[in-house]
Amino acid sequence: MRRLLIAMGLWTISQLRTIGHMFVFLLNSFYFIFIPPFKFRLLLRQIRFFGNKSMLVILLTGSFTGMVLALQLFYILRKFGSEALLGPGIALSLIRELGPVLSALMVTGRAGSALTAELGMMRISEQIDALTAMALNPIRYLIVPNIVAAIIVFPLIVAIFDVIGIFGGYLVGVKILGIGTGTYFSLMQDYVVMEDIMVGLYKSLSFGLIVSWICCYKGFYTGYGAEGVSKSTTEAVVLCSILILIWDYFLGAVLL
Amino acid sequence: MIEIIDLHKSFNGQKVLNGVNLKIAEKEVVTIMGISGCGKSVLIKHLIGLLMPDKGSVLIEGVDITRLDTKGLDKIRERLGVLFQGGALFDSLTVYGNIAFPLREKTKLSKGESRDRVMHALEDVGLKGMGKKYPGELSGGMKKRVAVARALISEPAIVLFDEPTTGLDPIIASSIHALIKATHKKYGYTGVVISHEVPKIFEITDKVAMLYNGTIIEEGTPEEIQNSTNLIVRQFITGSHEGPIEY
Repeated sequence: MRRLLIAMGLWTISQLRTIGHMFVFLLNSFYFIFIPPFKFRLLLRQIRFFGNKSMLVILLTGSFTGMVLALQLFYILRKFGSEALLGPGIALSLIRELGPVLSALMVTGRAGSALTAELGMMRISEQIDALTAMALNPIRYLIVPNIVAAIIVFPLIVAIFDVIGIFGGYLVGVKILGIGTGTYFSLMQDYVVMEDIMVGLYKSLSFGLIVSWICCYKGFYTGYGAEGVSKSTTEAVVLCSILILIWDYFLGAVLL
Repeated sequence: MIEIIDLHKSFNGQKVLNGVNLKIAEKEVVTIMGISGCGKSVLIKHLIGLLMPDKGSVLIEGVDITRLDTKGLDKIRERLGVLFQGGALFDSLTVYGNIAFPLREKTKLSKGESRDRVMHALEDVGLKGMGKKYPGELSGGMKKRVAVARALISEPAIVLFDEPTTGLDPIIASSIHALIKATHKKYGYTGVVISHEVPKIFEITDKVAMLYNGTIIEEGTPEEIQNSTNLIVRQFITGSHEGPIEY
């Protein structure tokens, strides 16, 4: 029993230490966001990295999410004789909830994992040490551009996801299930208000921060060898996915 | 110029450095040799300030770098050039970009001046015309040459070479040794070479120190080391598998 308690205590201390270390890493990164020299070229490169890596997967998942939503919502709404609400139903589900969450999960799997692996490879091949040895701060060069890029790119990616999703819903709802185009879009205009869009924006901004923070941290402090990089990448994707869903609940509860 | 005083370092309770003492004079090239895993790279990382000792000091130009904050350390690092074991070239940059990187980030040289220096450096390391290649397209020996060029591009006062010839064939290894010798003659830096390439390394070094069990067990000129009566040093130099060295 005593051994079990000791093991649990040691595990708790180690987890708390890791969490503390992660927050110090984040605060350190925030500090360098505001201290010149600013690395605009690196920032543009990372904006391209997030956008380029994620665009195809966002277009695919966005369109099919909208199409599936149209099918399922139509089935439910028909039971209540409210098929006309399909347009606002799809738009609100996407803008407030599914757009930010699914895009964040997709970007984590596509760009986030690549980011962790890249930083991990830089760590094990001593490229990060080489920066330090040149008296250049690796946080400023490698982490800050990624965090800022993710905060800029995530809302844009979510916006594209939402638009494509609404269009996917239109294809199924209007072209296949026979709802009028006017009904689909005009009720959407009535029911979707600025507050809904802001909820989606706050979520996408915070998910951008979470994904870049976790993926950078895991890559920056990767273990030894190829196994270490693979472990860090898996951990980054799992942790990001869990945190996205947990944070989505709490933010949703506050912003409801 | 460099003085290591009673340096101790442990990882997870395992002692790696156990009271290292070593003095390196200005413009001298010193080789630290020792068996694999004896702590040579750990020692060199203390000289860059990438690792901090549990006990002891590292004096560079009279300044104890173990007591400096990041700003102070960066000032010292600006006087260093480092060649890492695997080269540590930036994969996303070309050969030209890698060599020009320290100049672009740390100096106010114009593009033209910077270009001239990089071109000269490429010529010095025998890689003229290779500037547009990426590290992934180069052989091991070429990568090391690029890394040497990058380490020397800012004309540092001290250059640290961490196993510059590991994994290279004997001919390429000889060419890297010749490159270190030639660049030392040209720039007159203080050099610290981590290596176990005996006896070839003796040709380019002024002094040799043997690290074993976390301490420097013997130091002297290459001749003195080659004539050493210390059984550990003798076994290491002859490469015999029988002797006092414990694996």
